[in-house]
Amino acid sequence: MRAGDELPALTVPVTRTFVVAGAIASRDFQDVHHDAEAARAKGSPDIFLNILTTNGLVGRFVTDHFGPRATLVKVSIRLGVPNYPGDDLVLTGRIASVNDRTAEVSVIGTNRLGRHVTGTVTVTLPPPVPA
Amino acid sequence: MDDPEDVYPLLKTYEGRPAGSGRGKDPVNAPMIRHWCEAMGDANPAYAGADPVAPPTMLQAWIMDGLSGPTGRTAAYGELLALLDSAGCTAVVATDCEQEYLRPLRPGNVITFDSVIESVSPRKTTRLGTGHFVTTRTDIRADGEPAGTHRFRILKYAPAKAFAKGVREESGAARPRPVVNRDNAGFWEGVAERRLLIQRCDACAALRFPWLPGCGGCGSPEWTAVEASGAGTVFSYVVVHHPPFPAFDPPYAVALIELAEGIRMISNISGVPHDRVRIGMPVELEFVRVDGGQLLPVFRAPAPQVAR
Repeated sequence: MRAGDELPALTVPVTRTFVVAGAIASRDFQDVHHDAEAARAKGSPDIFLNILTTNGLVGRFVTDHFGPRATLVKVSIRLGVPNYPGDDLVLTGRIASVNDRTAEVSVIGTNRLGRHVTGTVTVTLPPPVPA
Repeated sequence: MDDPEDVYPLLKTYEGRPAGSGRGKDPVNAPMIRHWCEAMGDANPAYAGADPVAPPTMLQAWIMDGLSGPTGRTAAYGELLALLDSAGCTAVVATDCEQEYLRPLRPGNVITFDSVIESVSPRKTTRLGTGHFVTTRTDIRADGEPAGTHRFRILKYAPAKAFAKGVREESGAARPRPVVNRDNAGFWEGVAERRLLIQRCDACAALRFPWLPGCGGCGSPEWTAVEASGAGTVFSYVVVHHPPFPAFDPPYAVALIELAEGIRMISNISGVPHDRVRIGMPVELEFVRVDGGQLLPVFRAPAPQVAR
């Protein structure tokens, strides 16, 4: 684990079902995340991914790489363009800094429209198991 | 109804006030963890099996209101959102989430939380529309012990446009223009100079409003325009919910103001949301510019007292 290391990219196919499943699993019943007609009335062309799902995906992206013994300490995200159904979200990451067993990872998620999420994740790894 | 530029100083007074507190509707539990992992496609074995921990990024999910609506929201936070609504910022979108996790959450943990309104931004114009960013900070506890912090930023904004044809425009329709004629031209000339003019009968000295060619008391057609001090109180009011009119965004209050001089006039109340208008409330005259040109006299209520 070194600063500058890239994490393998994760491509998430964002289907309509995925948007709704993420919203309901996070108990977010805002209509713009499940009702396309209501979303259009509010100026959006379609339903879109809710912030809790994006947050969950960023966390998953990092723990997928570092393994089940890694612990998330901080997750900070800022949303950019929305993620509508039918548009894959591609998460990429790079280790920005390492301090002992703690790494800070810069995460970027892009889709067809541009940058959907920019984030920083702090993760700690358990001490290596003695051989 | 207010000029949105006017509302920011009032919005700012909500910074530092509690936004909410309460208890998660369910304790941390394995079925919600499993649903989350299914939705996210997260196969991390730490979140499954006999002794799972909850995915840390679920932190906010444990305190979501769900379909049954907000339970622990303070009146202050409700007022802040209502003020933004009345300034036309009726739509909301989440923009930032910062979470820190202090300990893992496990099934059975009872979640409690306290939130505070951390900041309200000045008016910003974004791709979605113009509005204000509101940041809240929530401290989350599990079985009474600190478990994490959750800072959340939303944009409350006036939608730039509805997306599809046939959808009612949220704004853009002009207000009806005042009808100016020989009988009331003096009133509107006063408004243009930011003066509220009322008529005083030259014969009997009775004050009258609205402007009329003759005195309702003695019939004299002679009068002099005098300037009102601008002080008044709410004599009565109604809140309009329906029917909507394209240039106005219900609900809004329409008030009958009794001026210090004793005459009454119908106007808007600025400075407080519609549900904070009260009979007897002291108000002060101010002029607002609407539709980019027309000046109108309205009455500003004092800002609510801020308790910290």
